[in-house]
Amino acid sequence: MSNTIAQKKGFGATLWDYLTTVDHKKIAIMYLIGGGFFFILGGLEALAIRWQLIVPENDFVSAGFYNEILTMHGTTMIFLAAMPLIFALMNAVLPLQIGARDVAFPFLNSLGFWLFLFGGILLNCSWFLGGAPDAGWTAYAPLSTTSPGHGVDFYILGLQISGAGTLMGGINFLVTVINMRAPGMTYMRMPLFTWASFVTSALILFAFPALTVGLFLLMFDRLFGSVFFDANYGGNSVIWEHLFWIFGHPEVYILILPAFGVFSDVFSTFAKKRLFGYTAMVFATVLIGFLGFMVWAHHMFTVGLGPAANSIFAVATMAIAVPTGIKIFNWLFTLWGGSIRINSAMLWALGFIPSFTIGGMTGVMLAAAAADYQFHDTYFVVAHFHYVIVGGVVFGIFSGLHYWWPKMFGKILDEKLGKITFWTFFVGFHLTFFIQHFLGLMGMPRRYWVYLEDQGLDLGNSISTVGAFFMGVGALVFLYNVIYTSVKGEKVGGDPWDGRTLEWSIPSPPPHYNFAQAPLVRGLDPLWIEKTEGRKGMTPAEPLDDIHMPNNTILPFVMSVGLFIAGFGFIYQAEYTGGFIAMFVGMGITLGAMFTRSVKDDLGHHIHKEDLDKGAGM
Amino acid sequence: MKGWMGKVRALFLLSILSLILSGCGVENLSAFLPKGYGAEVSLDIIFISLAVMIFVFIIVMVIYTIVLVKYRQKKGQEDFVPKQTEGNHILEIVWTVIPIILLIVIAVPTIAATYDLADETDKGDSLNINVTGNQYWWHFNYSEEEIQTSQDMYIPVGQKVYLNMMSSDVLHSFWVPAISGKMDTNPENENTMYIEAYEEGVYWGKCAELCGPSHSLMDFKIVVVSQEEFDQWVSDMQNLDAEATPETASAQEGQALFEQSCLQCHAIGSNPVAIGPNLTNFGDRSKLAGVEDLTHDMLVEWILDPESIKPGNKMTGNYDVPSKDEAEKIADYLLQLKPSEITPESASE
Repeated sequence: MSNTIAQKKGFGATLWDYLTTVDHKKIAIMYLIGGGFFFILGGLEALAIRWQLIVPENDFVSAGFYNEILTMHGTTMIFLAAMPLIFALMNAVLPLQIGARDVAFPFLNSLGFWLFLFGGILLNCSWFLGGAPDAGWTAYAPLSTTSPGHGVDFYILGLQISGAGTLMGGINFLVTVINMRAPGMTYMRMPLFTWASFVTSALILFAFPALTVGLFLLMFDRLFGSVFFDANYGGNSVIWEHLFWIFGHPEVYILILPAFGVFSDVFSTFAKKRLFGYTAMVFATVLIGFLGFMVWAHHMFTVGLGPAANSIFAVATMAIAVPTGIKIFNWLFTLWGGSIRINSAMLWALGFIPSFTIGGMTGVMLAAAAADYQFHDTYFVVAHFHYVIVGGVVFGIFSGLHYWWPKMFGKILDEKLGKITFWTFFVGFHLTFFIQHFLGLMGMPRRYWVYLEDQGLDLGNSISTVGAFFMGVGALVFLYNVIYTSVKGEKVGGDPWDGRTLEWSIPSPPPHYNFAQAPLVRGLDPLWIEKTEGRKGMTPAEPLDDIHMPNNTILPFVMSVGLFIAGFGFIYQAEYTGGFIAMFVGMGITLGAMFTRSVKDDLGHHIHKEDLDKGAGM
Repeated sequence: MKGWMGKVRALFLLSILSLILSGCGVENLSAFLPKGYGAEVSLDIIFISLAVMIFVFIIVMVIYTIVLVKYRQKKGQEDFVPKQTEGNHILEIVWTVIPIILLIVIAVPTIAATYDLADETDKGDSLNINVTGNQYWWHFNYSEEEIQTSQDMYIPVGQKVYLNMMSSDVLHSFWVPAISGKMDTNPENENTMYIEAYEEGVYWGKCAELCGPSHSLMDFKIVVVSQEEFDQWVSDMQNLDAEATPETASAQEGQALFEQSCLQCHAIGSNPVAIGPNLTNFGDRSKLAGVEDLTHDMLVEWILDPESIKPGNKMTGNYDVPSKDEAEKIADYLLQLKPSEITPESASE
């Protein structure tokens, strides 16, 4: 729909439409573009890392610059690529899956996106302003508090701003799921993707405040002379590690759970079977989310917490393997006895199973504290978390994009290109990371700018670099596929996959208001139920009536610009008067926009039922 | 699905092949070739957990393969609708209970090993070395023996040695893969770990916690020698004359220059000042700055421009750079600092 409007409205009007939109579907597209951009950026950084390590004692980049690249690779990929891409899928699909017309707080949704984008841009401005952060994505104090220049300041302010956006997104989806489900859509009838997103949102709610607090303490240490992490004055750097990982560990579940949700929906759809053990799957998801908060210290086995703490966290971490195993076996048994169609979306899901199982295996191995003394901070860990984050999250994002692309854009991504993408990326991925397990135990710590000659690390590193470039080619083919499909792809109907859930019961792309009438949900896989009973679509739960929709607004954009300016202000306030002014001007803009939002009544608008037929075709 | 499995198999073979080609890494560095108690305990746990995990992986892959071979949609069956099974309670219980049992198999030895490696009961009766991590070098203080040394740590073979570790600046992590797992050095608290080496030799140590630009160049060595050799080394280090006059004229001039310009940061002898590395047995060091060969030319280069060898080091900019000629003399002086017959070279023979 956006395309047809674009043609009518011209470029300026389209831009304005996107700057002001509160429509979850358009916000999803913006998250996709923003996250995709940062994914490419983070990928280029990854290639730079691998190129530096292709031969021993290479000098492709300098030592200090290498640390900037590795820091930005991790930070960008986690906060600015994986998170927004997950949010893109959640925004695009979650309201549709529960039969809602939008999210609970459309204004907040838009604000969350703009905060993420401006936070990410602020962070990346550091490249051009004296150097990027160089203390690792974990920013361990005192390295982060003593790092010269402004790099780490950009890290703090950039993440603080984009983190606020993420927190808002999490709260928004929580309320959406609790309040906005269509009649009959009980909790235990929600698709697994919705369930996973729901649990993820709860994790965001509890995990991000720890990051916020940690970043504030770090900010005060760096910018205002406090000593929270300075041992010389009685501060304690280990506290940062705790705060970071109390956030950081749930963060990996925040990323992986929605990917699990994607796979559940994809397996079920393309095996033409109801998800095996739905209840167990839901409880496993909740349990993983819960346990995710109990295990942060497994990142700190070598910090010196003592054998009691190490043992407790070791066992708690191993326990997560149980619900994860439950999920793997339920997926396999969803496929068992099914009628499996293999297309690009399904390929990513099938590729996920062995890849993620390996990542899970090494996860249990890492959980064994006494063994972790060897693994910790080596390439074994690098291999492990890339197996779960790439093999789990990135595969999930690719699978989800192939699966829901027709819903988002009305066109199916080209299958042939999709398969080329998968195979190059999949082979490249294993080539890159499998060997790194061994490199780690052979004596290669992570975050090493160079490794020395004659230490037996040469061949493994060269293989790894070759693999990385395969992954790069795969990503490029996907990008080409997106362009190719948008130009050449053919329009498809609302339900190209013979889908089972509510999003497939409406046109592709869906109309502005999603559902002309709220659908009546009669069980798990509601559309499938209607189809097996011979109906074409959902039975409406309400008569056709006027639809109340929120108005577009530029205020979220303005608020985010204000914080962006204030971010620069905070960073430079100690050195320049201009920084001081920017701090107040920026905060003034944001507070002014908030004030405007508070006092100005915005009751939204109605789409009259007489006008509905034209757009929807329902 | 043939192509799929074929590629996986090819990938697997390639990985195994590359592993064989590169072996299990280099001796005295790789954790795969343990030569100390900690490394051996860790490797045992690694293999126990790996064995259990490979068992799980095989089961998953068997089911996966069956599913993909047997249940792919066949031509002409596009309209076939499979039975919509809801689940199976017995199966759910099976794949909940069996993993729990498997995890217990891993958890019990893990906890035992974790406590074992944290044991400190005989700390008072053993050799204690205070280890300090600095950007980007290591200092070793044998407090009871009153010996200071940097970069090369000497320990007796077959003895438990307790390391009391701290950092003087940012976090570092002390890792000698072939001898033991790692332990962080924190600025606010002392961490204790014991090591015990089984064989004499020189072992590579690495910093395993990002600590700045030269993180990857912060290598050190553990020199493992026999008890007699260790005792001799201790007595050599204790009885040395820190102000002994060198033999050559050039080295004598170097000594004067050193005492005038370098002594504020670099101690020679048992002075515990350690702003920069202690240079008592510099001439015996296995490496220069942890990573370079210990040659006269390289040392001169270091004295003139340490930044080119270790970016971000704390020496750069904090001393008056001597002339080339002066640097040569200082190098002559430093390289003849060989207080003991017991050296990394003698240990690796």
